[in-house]
Amino acid sequence: MGLADYFRDRSRSGSAHVAKERLQIIVSHERAQRGGPDYLPTLREELLEVVRRYVTVDQEAVRVKLDRHEDRETLELNITLPDRSS
Amino acid sequence: MSKIVVVTSGKGGVGKTTTAAAIAAGLAREGQRTVVVDFDVGLRNLDLVLGCERRVVYDFVNVIQGDARLHQALIKDKRVDGLAILPASQTRDKDALTDEGVAQILDALREEFDYVICDSPAGIERGAHLASYHADEAIVVANPEVSSVRDSDRVLGLLASRTRRAELNEEPVKEHLLLSRYDPVRVEKGEMLSVDDVQEILAVDLLGVIPESQAVLNASNAGMPVILDEDSDAGQAYADVVTRFLGGERPHRFLAVERKGIFGRMFGG
Ligand SMILES: Nc1ncnc2c1ncn2[C@@H]1O[C@H](COP(=O)(O)OP(=O)(O)OP(=O)(O)O)[C@@H](O)[C@H]1O
Ligand SMILES: [Mg+2]
Repeated sequence: MGLADYFRDRSRSGSAHVAKERLQIIVSHERAQRGGPDYLPTLREELLEVVRRYVTVDQEAVRVKLDRHEDRETLELNITLPDRSS
Repeated sequence: MSKIVVVTSGKGGVGKTTTAAAIAAGLAREGQRTVVVDFDVGLRNLDLVLGCERRVVYDFVNVIQGDARLHQALIKDKRVDGLAILPASQTRDKDALTDEGVAQILDALREEFDYVICDSPAGIERGAHLASYHADEAIVVANPEVSSVRDSDRVLGLLASRTRRAELNEEPVKEHLLLSRYDPVRVEKGEMLSVDDVQEILAVDLLGVIPESQAVLNASNAGMPVILDEDSDAGQAYADVVTRFLGGERPHRFLAVERKGIFGRMFGG
């Protein structure tokens, strides 16, 4: 193990790298939500309610994703239905 | 061309008021006519940091409500020529600052000063929004610590969407990051986020790094902006920040642990 590794190891033993990884995840998640219309969470809840009138699905079954492109925005709805066999 | 600059952070207690006072004094010292406005209604503190607390007669809210003229409320700094302060009100009425009132006063200040520095309260509520709304540039103060960095990112989002410039589709507010209370010893031990880490996460122009420093406490005890303590690390770091803010170049300092030789260790203390 070289000297550089020794220093790298020492810094990885501290808690700062955990802080950095956690921040990278939460910040990118929050940035993706940001700027989207405020109604997205409500839309998701209401869709879930409608779907549940017909099938039993869990909380994660409806996903709403907003994508921004140069000249337009797309709203992607993803509804996962339960296995037919079950 | 006068500029409105907000000093903001989201999280409380990270060093906004310290920074607003230091940068305002630094700009004035460079010959820029500068006023620093305390937006922290109910929690006035800028007057203490600048050492003019006993000279406050009228405040921001008195002017908005028409009980005083702007010039009666402005306090001229006794040490630095060209520096003035507009103190916050101690009223507990959070709605005392009205949208129109703030807009009018900032317009009037623009006429007379080169820089209007707005010291924002913590949070992302109304007070912080009012302090940021008219900004041309923003200095986002963060500490190398998870909740502060996350809040800074939220504030950056608000600057890009909830300001006058954003609403009018003008050129966006120019954003700067100021990392404060930096402790190179703890960074080197891997206990504290490094300036590179924070910059990588926030991806915004780095205006400067202010070290954790006893000089800040000494200065605020004395009622003097720390930038006037020219021998101190924090004072020098803020002086670099002001130079960069005005377009000059300065290498970043106080980022690494100072290594003392054996004599330094024995005699330097
Ligand atoms: N670089 C520094 N080194 C050491 N102490 C500091 C430094 N910067 C700020 N402080 C201290 O941290 C405390 C909070 O600073 P300050 O009042 O400037 O923060 P703030 O962001 O304005 O707080 P608030 O959100 O309450 O308005 C003060 O006691 C100040 O002396
Ligand atoms: Mg403050």
